[in-house]
Amino acid sequence: MERANGIEVQGLVREYRKGPRAVDGIDLAVAPGEIYGFLGPNGAGKSTTVHVLTTLLPPTAGTARVGGYDVVKEGPKVRSLIGVALQEAALDPLLTGRDHLRLQATLQGVPKRQRADRAEELLHRVGLADAADRKVSGYSGGMKRRLDLALALVHAPRILFLDEPTTGLDPQSRTALWEEVALLRREDRVTVFLTTQYLEEADVLADRVGIIDQGRIVAEGTPAALKAEIGRPSVHAIPRRDEDRPRIADFLARFGEPLATTRDVAVRLRDGLGLTDIVRAVDADGVDVVDLELRAPTLDDVFLAKTGRTLEGAAEEAEAEHHQQRGA
Amino acid sequence: MSAAWPQVGAIARRSLVRTARQPALVIPPLVFPVALMAVNAAGLDSSTDLPGFPTDSFLAFALAVPFIQGALFSTMNAGSELARDVQTGFVNRLALTALRDWALLSGQLAGVVALGVVQALFYLAVGVAAGVEFESGPAGVVVLLVFSALVALSFGLLGAFLAYRTGSGETIQALFPVLFVFLFISSMNAPRDLIGIDWFRIAATLNPVSYMIECVRSLIIEGWDAQALALGFGSVLVLGLVSLPLASRALRTRMTRT
Repeated sequence: MERANGIEVQGLVREYRKGPRAVDGIDLAVAPGEIYGFLGPNGAGKSTTVHVLTTLLPPTAGTARVGGYDVVKEGPKVRSLIGVALQEAALDPLLTGRDHLRLQATLQGVPKRQRADRAEELLHRVGLADAADRKVSGYSGGMKRRLDLALALVHAPRILFLDEPTTGLDPQSRTALWEEVALLRREDRVTVFLTTQYLEEADVLADRVGIIDQGRIVAEGTPAALKAEIGRPSVHAIPRRDEDRPRIADFLARFGEPLATTRDVAVRLRDGLGLTDIVRAVDADGVDVVDLELRAPTLDDVFLAKTGRTLEGAAEEAEAEHHQQRGA
Repeated sequence: MSAAWPQVGAIARRSLVRTARQPALVIPPLVFPVALMAVNAAGLDSSTDLPGFPTDSFLAFALAVPFIQGALFSTMNAGSELARDVQTGFVNRLALTALRDWALLSGQLAGVVALGVVQALFYLAVGVAAGVEFESGPAGVVVLLVFSALVALSFGLLGAFLAYRTGSGETIQALFPVLFVFLFISSMNAPRDLIGIDWFRIAATLNPVSYMIECVRSLIIEGWDAQALALGFGSVLVLGLVSLPLASRALRTRMTRT
């Protein structure tokens, strides 16, 4: 019975006409009550996957079951189980927060006598009670995101899809939203499928992370397990003078494999070596660096190890490709 | 089915609330047609001296025009509003709920019809205040309001079709002059049999807008004219029956969901 809150995807493909394969044969399973982080750069296929799982797009191939229901054959049943906050909040600027909640409650079939109470409860829950009767056009980005989350929760869904819920938010709003999502899982046992391009978000929130790049899942597991898979820490050096970069790169290469970074010079340390070995060598060789830092593996390292690019670099590539396509 | 009626009501309410909160959508459809009618009535009053002109009050003759012109205004506005929902992704928000396609269309149209009836009451009040007498009496006023509701519904369906088909508010606005051509090449300023230019008379005769205007006009200046009523209601029903499946199909395509 518990299984009914999960998500199962097998061989999912979504092709756009005259376009690339946005989703290229992904398999994944999300357990009931789990927060699954779907991490990847812009254009990786995250939002397309969400659109398919939430019944807004039919898949080209493969199967997907949400809450035990097939997303193609049983769309209305899937929609009755899920709450969705899409990447673009798509709120009506002329309606108030309360107007939105009442409209959504009616459309989701919440009984009439419960609608006002439910709206009030959710407005308090997301901290919008004071702004409830103001038009959405006057809301900040964070307020719109919180209202969007409240709208997704109107009918008490068992599974929640959040597509880049914190993109563009200030750190305070981001943290507040993370707390709310964690609370939903803890108190209501809601299954959460969360897409993000922020490493920290996936690391802090998700029980398990799927890393997607160019439509394919390149790694999956708990954040700790993924980082442990990379195993060895990296050392990052910032040269005092930019022209010293090649010399420092040669120097660090004695201690491990070079890493592709833009801001500093870095290597993944070989087994058995530590920061002290490098500090001693820096002193002995008179290498001039401003900073030397030992870093435990991050999800970005996992992404780099699996794709050969950093998340940031992949996002820039995707953006450049997008501009090229628009220009063509 | 019963669960869908609250959905229709909620969508209609949203449509009305949105319109009410945008004075630019309310005032022009009320003021411009009346202003145009006033200008025409002042400038063309001597037309009533023409032999065969059906009334000696050009104002009574011209009062029919705002009913149709106002409907054109609200069609464009409603279409632009729907297109905006497509552009902003609000349609996706609706698609993710239990909302039925027909309930969305019905709700949107209910809002358009309600606004159309309010406009008709306003034009009616202006006409009465200006001294126009209704030859068809109170029953004619009721028929006029029903006809206005049907005009708003049919043009609303056309606007919905264009909105869901194109998904672009700009395209809808660009079509506004086209609809106005239909209005101007009609019997809005002269009875068809008194139009001297052949091509104009033929175009006005082929133009369904002429029959809609003449339907309203007959109720105001003639009383009960079965032929004018049949042609007017017939034109509106044909427009509605053609637009309905087009709008429904365009909505289904736009509101893609499995």
